[in-house]
Amino acid sequence: MNETTGMILEWVIKGAVVAVICLIGFAYTTYYERRFLARIQVRIGPNRAGPWGLLQPVADGIKLIFKEELVPDKAYKFAFMLAPVLTMAPAIIVMGVVPWGTQANFFGRTIELGISNNLNVGILYILSVTSIAVYGIVLAGWASNNKYAMLGGLRSTAQMISYELALGLSFLPPIMLAGSLSLGDIVKGQQDFLWYFIPLLPTSIVFFIAVLAEVNRSPFDMPEAEQELVAGYHTEYSGMKFALFFMGEYVKMFSMSAVFSTLFLGGFAGPFVEQVPWLGPVYLLIKIIICLGLMIWIRGTLPRFRYDRLMKFGWKILLPIALINVVLTALMISIFGL
Amino acid sequence: MSGYGIEDLVYILPIVFLLVWALVLVLVEAFTKRPDVTMLLAAFGLLAAVTLSVIQFGTEATAFKEMLTVDGYAVFVYMLVLASGLLSLGLAYDYNRRMGWARGEYYILMLFSIAGAMLMASAANLIVVFLALELLSIPLYVMAAFVPNDASSEEAGLKYFLLGAFAGGFVLYGVALIYGATGATNLMDVVAAALGTNSPVMLLTGAALILVGLGFKVALVPFHMWTPDVYQGAPTPVTAYMAVVAKAGGFAALFRVFIAAFPSVSADLTPVIATLVVLTLVVGNVAALAQKNIKRMLAYSSISHAGFLMMAFVTYGSALYADAVTSLLFYLLAFTVTSFGSWAVVIALEKAEGKGLDFEDYAGLGKKYPMLSAAMLVFLLSFAGVPPTLGFAGKFFLFRTVLEAGYAWLAIVGVIMSLVSAFYYLRVVRFMYFEQGDPEVRSEPVLNLVTAITVVGTIFLFLFSGPLLAWASEAVLALI
Amino acid sequence: MDANLIVFIILAVVAVGSALGMLLNKNAVYSALFLILNFATVAVLYIILGAPFIAMTQVTVYAGAIMVLFLFVIMLLGAEELAGATKIDWQKPAAVVLGVLLLAELIVVIFFRETVFAEFAELTDFGSPAQIGRVLFNEYLLPFEITAFLLLAAMIGAIVIARRVRQSPSKRES
Repeated sequence: MNETTGMILEWVIKGAVVAVICLIGFAYTTYYERRFLARIQVRIGPNRAGPWGLLQPVADGIKLIFKEELVPDKAYKFAFMLAPVLTMAPAIIVMGVVPWGTQANFFGRTIELGISNNLNVGILYILSVTSIAVYGIVLAGWASNNKYAMLGGLRSTAQMISYELALGLSFLPPIMLAGSLSLGDIVKGQQDFLWYFIPLLPTSIVFFIAVLAEVNRSPFDMPEAEQELVAGYHTEYSGMKFALFFMGEYVKMFSMSAVFSTLFLGGFAGPFVEQVPWLGPVYLLIKIIICLGLMIWIRGTLPRFRYDRLMKFGWKILLPIALINVVLTALMISIFGL
Repeated sequence: MSGYGIEDLVYILPIVFLLVWALVLVLVEAFTKRPDVTMLLAAFGLLAAVTLSVIQFGTEATAFKEMLTVDGYAVFVYMLVLASGLLSLGLAYDYNRRMGWARGEYYILMLFSIAGAMLMASAANLIVVFLALELLSIPLYVMAAFVPNDASSEEAGLKYFLLGAFAGGFVLYGVALIYGATGATNLMDVVAAALGTNSPVMLLTGAALILVGLGFKVALVPFHMWTPDVYQGAPTPVTAYMAVVAKAGGFAALFRVFIAAFPSVSADLTPVIATLVVLTLVVGNVAALAQKNIKRMLAYSSISHAGFLMMAFVTYGSALYADAVTSLLFYLLAFTVTSFGSWAVVIALEKAEGKGLDFEDYAGLGKKYPMLSAAMLVFLLSFAGVPPTLGFAGKFFLFRTVLEAGYAWLAIVGVIMSLVSAFYYLRVVRFMYFEQGDPEVRSEPVLNLVTAITVVGTIFLFLFSGPLLAWASEAVLALI
Repeated sequence: MDANLIVFIILAVVAVGSALGMLLNKNAVYSALFLILNFATVAVLYIILGAPFIAMTQVTVYAGAIMVLFLFVIMLLGAEELAGATKIDWQKPAAVVLGVLLLAELIVVIFFRETVFAEFAELTDFGSPAQIGRVLFNEYLLPFEITAFLLLAAMIGAIVIARRVRQSPSKRES
């Protein structure tokens, strides 16, 4: 086996592993969320399928696969099929630039933990992939040929575009501190200095809020506002296609948590990670779980925004704060000579 | 490390000040929402920029890594454009209130566009030429569409935007080709590289494309199609403003680019330019004959003046171009003063919803408002090039240069076309003095002030055309 | 065969195919989707050329932001399946002729050209974000700043045109 084939094989395997991690992550995020929400609401949550209800996601999956696939008569068929895929795919490929660790030894072969840790446009990659993610939703809304779905789709597009600005600006302070667009370098910068959420606390809060809006999570789950829009853009979807939207949302939560952890919580960094590289993925996973917990906690506590307030909040509060954060970070860097 | 210093900013202080001032005004307008306050502050900013330009006079420098040149030529255009800004503020103030859509953003956008025109006069890099052109144009598109819920204004804005964007594409394509041919966008480097190339086809194509793009902006025939509709549909103060400032900026950039960067292709381009001049003069003047609406008539007239201005261009490449640029600047000055004056009279007579703009509406003006019609008479005579007005001096110097350069036939075409133009200008005079009618004019102080200033300017500056010409020629010297 | 070449051929087929799809599709939304695909493919071509920054910007700005607005407008206007505006008779033949001309020109330029292009210095590391930032903020600082003002002016203009507050006579400027 020559070097090129080996490398391609390595990438394929790593890609598959990350995708599988995302999917398992999705499944158990739903379980996590249901149990956690149940706790918040003083209930028990799913506890029947398997020990402590651990097999519940599997049961859900089987149920969804066997459900009937409905395609509305007046729908635009091709776009209707395409939309769930377009929602799901960007959520997974964001993970491509998240580093899971440094070099590690794997059956005698030195591999890099992560697919493209040191891509020199890593952050831009994330931005471009998230900007593509809008299409799935807007397309679903249009292809369903249904007023509620359409409104939901348009709403969420407007929301995602608006909050992308604050999100994009919040990428800047970590980039400025690390002096690089590569996520690997950003983690390294945090290993050498501090986890960035300490010096960049306001930025990380803005980032987190923008992420919530970006993945359409409560309190920004406007596109799905049941009371107003039935179920928003996926009103007409059922069976596995509905499941794909569902998966898209949770995988996005998962991968954006990974990005957040990498930018602000030190990524795979942690004690002894230099000596035992395989600790990297473990640390990152722990951080992701903490972030997910935070998101679920917020969902369990906060009511939904009104739509006009949501826009106002995004444009008039979050965006200026994000801008000020950038300026403050620049000042901080030039004053303390970081 | 960066290689920039404070002096870079100081050299272009009028532009920097104007842009910063525009930013301040954005905030003022956002928090006070008082259009009159914004307007006063904008006028103050323009005055301050004029002062700064006066101080600048005599500077010879390049700034920002030779991307901008500040010389007499640039400062002359600065002053001209800033003065135009002040005059059109005067035109807009009463008009916008009368028509009921006064908004502070109008003045802010105007400041941006003036800064764009100033940058065009200074630009010594093709990228900057393009960006300055856009900075000049984009506010103009918006200003043309400024009247709310008015189909003709919106049509004007959209038309201007689409064709302007198209023209911008031409300029950009030209810049790209020149970069491909020479590997440079800085004018001096382009010259140096152009000397070495043996096949100037790409360079020539690039230069021609820039000519087309800027020709759109200054409304040369056959790139003039948008002009009458846009001039008619846009609010009249905007029309006045863009007739002058877009031309001034466009010609300023055109001259600097062609004289500084493409002397090597002048032999190929001069016949093209001469053809453009003849086409513009003939089409502009002949089409103006058929107009009944004063805004359309003035639009065609401004096309024909673009032809006259372009006339100075045929000498480019010959030893005479210094004189040519001098007479161009002088003609531009004459056109500016006269144009603003005539638009001021048009605005005085204009009523809501595009009424009061036909020749018939001027009937009887001479009897009822002798002062106003006398002013209009002066402007029209100046447009036609009749002494003792500034327009005469402008045409005189221009034709003299063209004759000296050996383009006698072009000068003859110019004279014939001036005679043709006298015909339609005097038609308005006939309506004013020899037809019966009862026009109604509201006396508005700022507008009257603008009219008075421009009338005095048109006649008084004629008497001092010698020193003015000397000033203009001093301004040009640096270009060589 | 070189791996780069294989990738290039695949991309070229997709790019041309999606461009054709964009042109020939009757449904405006599908046309827009094809255009997005086309932009994304071109972005990958940029990566092959060693300009990852341009590639990512292409996806974010064109495929992401601008096309979302296109789709938005198409959907809000319900213009996805208009019968087609007034057809211009000479448009198709003219387009064919111009297309053939362009193709011929390209063939001439690629296969028969003598050096027309100026020589450009080979830059190392030329498409990387750091390099682009350095060039942008050193050599091209002034154009960058002018662009900033340009965008601000355009933004103000867009808001002015879009937000036409109907003022009551009493609230007009006194």
